[in-house]
Amino acid sequence: MKSEIKLFENGKRIDGRKPDELRSISIKAGVLHRAEGSCYLEWGGNKVMVAVYGPREAIPRHTQNPLRAIVNARYNMAAFSVDDRKRPGPDRRSREISKVISEALENVILVEKFPRASIDVNIEVLDAEAGTRCAGLTAAAVALVDAGIPMKDIPVACAAGKIDNQIVLDLGKDEDNYGDADLPIAISPRTGEILLLQMDGHLTQEEFDRAFDLAIKGCHIISDLQKKAILEKYQSDTGGI
Amino acid sequence: MDKDKREIVIPSQFLGEIKNKKSGKGTFVENGKIYAEILGVLSDSSNYINVIPLKGRYDPTEKDFVIGIVIEAMASSWLVDINAAYPALLHVNEVPWNIEFGETERYLNQGDSIMAKVLQVDQEKKLQITLKDHNLYKIKGGYILHVEPSKVPRIIGKKGSMISLLKKYTKCRIFVGQNGRIWIDGDEDGIKKVIETIDMIEDESLSYGLTNKIEELLKKDTKVVH
Repeated sequence: MKSEIKLFENGKRIDGRKPDELRSISIKAGVLHRAEGSCYLEWGGNKVMVAVYGPREAIPRHTQNPLRAIVNARYNMAAFSVDDRKRPGPDRRSREISKVISEALENVILVEKFPRASIDVNIEVLDAEAGTRCAGLTAAAVALVDAGIPMKDIPVACAAGKIDNQIVLDLGKDEDNYGDADLPIAISPRTGEILLLQMDGHLTQEEFDRAFDLAIKGCHIISDLQKKAILEKYQSDTGGI
Repeated sequence: MDKDKREIVIPSQFLGEIKNKKSGKGTFVENGKIYAEILGVLSDSSNYINVIPLKGRYDPTEKDFVIGIVIEAMASSWLVDINAAYPALLHVNEVPWNIEFGETERYLNQGDSIMAKVLQVDQEKKLQITLKDHNLYKIKGGYILHVEPSKVPRIIGKKGSMISLLKKYTKCRIFVGQNGRIWIDGDEDGIKKVIETIDMIEDESLSYGLTNKIEELLKKDTKVVH
C-alpha cells in the first residue's frame, strides 16, 4: 500500500526520530500496594500497568501441573486506550497476545520450583500507541522481578519494521498503520535466546536479517533501563546510613 | 561495594565462577558460571555464594514456627493460610484436643489465627502443620503484623538478640513466625512501640550493627517515659 503521507524523509521519520532511535521509555517498579509485584511503564505514547500475583495454588484445579507452575499472563486493553472506544473484554487479538507473552515468560521463570502453582501476570494497557505487546512484556518482566519470583533472566521485547523501504527500530502509530512490515521480538538478553518472534507484513530475507539485528540492539538498550528501574526502587527503598 | 551496606543483585546478574565458589541459595549455574535467580541481597561467604531474597512468598521448611490463619474447616481437618504458595493442611490428629468427626468448627473456625509448626513438606510441596508442640495454641487477642518473610532473621537478631531487646524494653509478648507474621500482645503503648521499631528494622535491614542502634533508640524512649 502506498501512503499519501511520507513516513520517511531526509533521514528522519515522521516523528523526527532517526531510523535506529527508540521512543522515550520510563519504567517504575513496585507501584501497586496490593500486588506482590508491579510495574508502570511509559514507552512513547504507550502506558502500561502490570501486576503480578502468586505463586499461589492454581485454580481451577485441573489446570494444575504436578511438576511445575503455570504462567497466566492476561493482556487487556482499556476501553479508553484507543481513539475509538475498544469493546471491553477479551477478543481474538488480546487472547493471542496473552498466549505468546505467557509462553515467553514461562521460558525464563524457574517454574519447576512451584509445582501445582500459578503465577498470574495482569497486563493492563491504559494508553496505546503501537507496540503494546513489547511494552507489556517488558513491563511484565520488571513486575516479576519485583514480586521476587526466581528467574533465569529478565526478558525484554522490542520491535523493528519497514517503512518506505527503510528498516527502522520501534515503530510508532502511523508507521505501524501505514508501514510495510512490523517485527516484534522478545529475547533473553543474557543468552540471546529468542522468546517471541512475530511478523506482520512482508520482508525479504536480507531485510528480515537487518530488522532482526536492529530489534535485538533495541532490546539490549531497554534491558539496561529495566535493570536500572529495579535497582533504583530497591536501593532508595532500603534507606540511608 | 559499600562497606556499611549490602549489595543488591537482580536475576541474571553474574556472581562468580563455579571453580572458585559453590553456588548456594538463590543462585543457579550455567556453563560453569554462577548467576542470581532472584532479587535479593548478596551474601558472599567463604565457600558459598548466596542470595537472600528481598521479597517473595514464604518458602516453608520443616520445623519452622509459623502463624497461620484458618481458611476453611473441613470434616477432619483444616486448611490454613501460612503465607506460602499453597495452603497448609492441619489434621485433627495434629491438634491437642479430642475432636469427634465433623466437629472441627467448634474448635477452630475460618478467620482464627494459630501458632503452628510446619510438620511436613513433600516433593509436590504439599504442606502439613501441627499444633502438637510446646507453646503452640490458638491466638486470642493481640495484634498480628505482616513483614517480608526474608526480613524475619533480622527482626529476631543474632541468637534472638533483637527480639529479646524488644521484649525487655516494651514489656510485650511477641511471637515471630518464620512466615513473616508477628504476633504482639501487651498494653497499647507497648504494641505501638513494637510496631514502630519493627518498621524501622525493616527499612534499615540492609545496614550493619542494627541491634546496637535499636537498643540506643529504645533506651532513649524509655528514659523519656520515666
